[in-house]
Amino acid sequence: MKHIDEYRDGNLARAMAATIAHEAMPDRHYQFMEFCGGHTHAMSRYGIEDLLPSNVQMVHGPGCPVCVLPIGRIDAAIALAMRPEVTLCTYADLMRVPASGGANLLKAKAAGADIRMVYSTLDALRIAEAEPDRQIVFFAIGFETTTPPTAHAITLARKRQLSNFSVFCNHVLTPPAMRAILVSPDTRAIRVDGFVGPSHVSTITGTSAYQSLAVEFAKPIVVAGFEPLDVVQAILMLVRQVNQGRCAVENQYSRLVTAQGNLIAQRATAEIFELRPSFAWRGLGELPHSALQLRDAYADLDAERRFAIDTLPAADNPACECGDVLRGLTKPAACALFGTLCSPDTPMGSCMVSPEGACAAHWSYGRFRDRARAGAGQVVR
Amino acid sequence: MTGLKLRTRKLDIRHGLIDLSHGAGGRASVQLIDEIFRTAFDNPILDQGNDQAAFDVPGGRMVMSTDGYVISPLFFPGGDIGSLAVHGTINDIAMAGARPLHLAASYIIEEGFPLSDVQRIAQSMAKAARDAGVTIVTGDTKVVERGKGDGVFITTTGVGIVPPGLDLSADRARPGDLVILSGAIGDHGVAVMSQRLNLGFETDIVSDSAALNGLVAEMVRVATGSLRVMRDPTRGGLAASLNEIAQQSKAGVIIHENRIPVKPDVAAACELLGLDPLHVANEGKLIAIVAPAAAGDLIAAMHAHPLGRHATVIGEVIADAQCFVQMTTSFGGGRIVDWIAGEQLPRIC
Ligand code: SF4
Repeated sequence: MKHIDEYRDGNLARAMAATIAHEAMPDRHYQFMEFCGGHTHAMSRYGIEDLLPSNVQMVHGPGCPVCVLPIGRIDAAIALAMRPEVTLCTYADLMRVPASGGANLLKAKAAGADIRMVYSTLDALRIAEAEPDRQIVFFAIGFETTTPPTAHAITLARKRQLSNFSVFCNHVLTPPAMRAILVSPDTRAIRVDGFVGPSHVSTITGTSAYQSLAVEFAKPIVVAGFEPLDVVQAILMLVRQVNQGRCAVENQYSRLVTAQGNLIAQRATAEIFELRPSFAWRGLGELPHSALQLRDAYADLDAERRFAIDTLPAADNPACECGDVLRGLTKPAACALFGTLCSPDTPMGSCMVSPEGACAAHWSYGRFRDRARAGAGQVVR
Repeated sequence: MTGLKLRTRKLDIRHGLIDLSHGAGGRASVQLIDEIFRTAFDNPILDQGNDQAAFDVPGGRMVMSTDGYVISPLFFPGGDIGSLAVHGTINDIAMAGARPLHLAASYIIEEGFPLSDVQRIAQSMAKAARDAGVTIVTGDTKVVERGKGDGVFITTTGVGIVPPGLDLSADRARPGDLVILSGAIGDHGVAVMSQRLNLGFETDIVSDSAALNGLVAEMVRVATGSLRVMRDPTRGGLAASLNEIAQQSKAGVIIHENRIPVKPDVAAACELLGLDPLHVANEGKLIAIVAPAAAGDLIAAMHAHPLGRHATVIGEVIADAQCFVQMTTSFGGGRIVDWIAGEQLPRIC
């Protein structure tokens, strides 16, 4: 724990915050986007907003894997789980994500679907080995960090000749999402000065994955860890880049991230997965070459092919503003459903489900600030 | 239970399994109750062998509480479902400031469950009750078919007497009152979860499962008129208990992260599992809301008791129409401390 505590030290944080306040030019407004839900969560949980000067503000980005999964894919997973021969293995975060018509995996499970919550891909493999008469499907989601474990499970399944195991692949890629944000006229309109770049994802991809984006769009990107002090330091580094007129990819998280990333993991992933021509993201829409699918050589382990899964486009709840929240265009509290119809107990949108979702983080940790802005109530300091 | 002594073979506790006849109300049921439960609980009220327990009670207000226990695994570091079922209900009684007197215990056992485990659980309950000065005076046993239960479920019901002059209730917290926590949080939940997930990390974390009535008696002795609320932060953790108190008292609460004791092992395990210790269950801790003038004496009395050695003031009650529980983080910011939504689960990326 000692090594973790170092990155949560309140005195260091206050000193660093004072430096930010000192170096931020008083007549300038700074607005940065934290790309990852992990950063959103850390900022909310530790109250980092309270440490920043009023002219340095953060907006939330799309880096929450549960949040960006479109409804059509959840619908498909439910349909799959409803098949009598199928056991769907999923991370628990997905259980309560709203699907079409008020459905979700939790309700499907209650209605008799065999859905099991697992903690890793290897749990799913173990179930496949223990229950050879069941078709075990692993509901794979996540950015580059969670792809290598899925690849590993596929390799093992092939080696062990597990014919009852397959993967419903929903792995997505970070750089195309970042690009989508940067080219979006809406996001340009709110003027984002720079990015706190992905943390765990970058351990796999390396910082070089963002180089061309920083150059092309002239935005500083600072890759940062998920500890609160990491985030504060990254914000300081961004303020400095802006002040100096630089647009570089910098690495605050050098204790784990290199320029090239984890080449072994990259190779293992490339061996099994290839780019999908296109994938629909919640909030960001259809993005070309933004997600992965299994290569033909692994078609037999691909649940989409084994069960001929069709993903039909499905509309989000029209009142839910997750799409805009995911692009930093609106803050959770601005959604009319926030805290009225939508809360973590009764989520209307995916951003209220995962602890990394911006709406869930604001509800669980930050909503007391809303009334402080409205001028009522006592706020802790 | 007739006086007629039948020559039945003793239960083979070492190798035997529960079968449906043990719940059918016939001789096998009687034998199970006699040889395992009555032997373990051993008290004159139970020995009367009636379908109910009759006992005299001292004057005062009586409190009653019941709770079902369905924990998995049944045996965990620091306790088992039996000790938990005794401690849990004693603590529910004690949180009213009451002195617990007697417990009733009801079992739903799955066919095929080892008799040796039934005995182990009964003996553990007996010890827990004895240590707390409480007797188990009546009970019931049912057997369900294999696959229709998870080993054993236990429901315990308790009664106790509140000393005169004491009125504890979750709606009595007032702005200015102090919030006292009796010790480090998260031990029970992490001990159980690490077993359940078979995490295999090397830890010595054991459940804090304990009967709090002794500690409560000391607290009541020094601070009768000033104690407002007591709660044991079990399922849902400290966060849930504080939110309940805030809601029911229509007040806000502010706590300070750096004053909340969490053992380093527990903190590390929570980190690994993506849990917030504030949401993790405890089974031997209490929160007391007390008028500030009495806090010093109360803390001193708690420190003198083994279960309150690390008692400390963690925050205060404030006026707040929205009844928020807020926390100043050790990092220097502020946040809400909310109820957990759904089950607490490890994070995924
Ligand atoms: S508050 Fe709920 S409905 Fe509104 S954007 Fe967030 S998740 Fe969607």
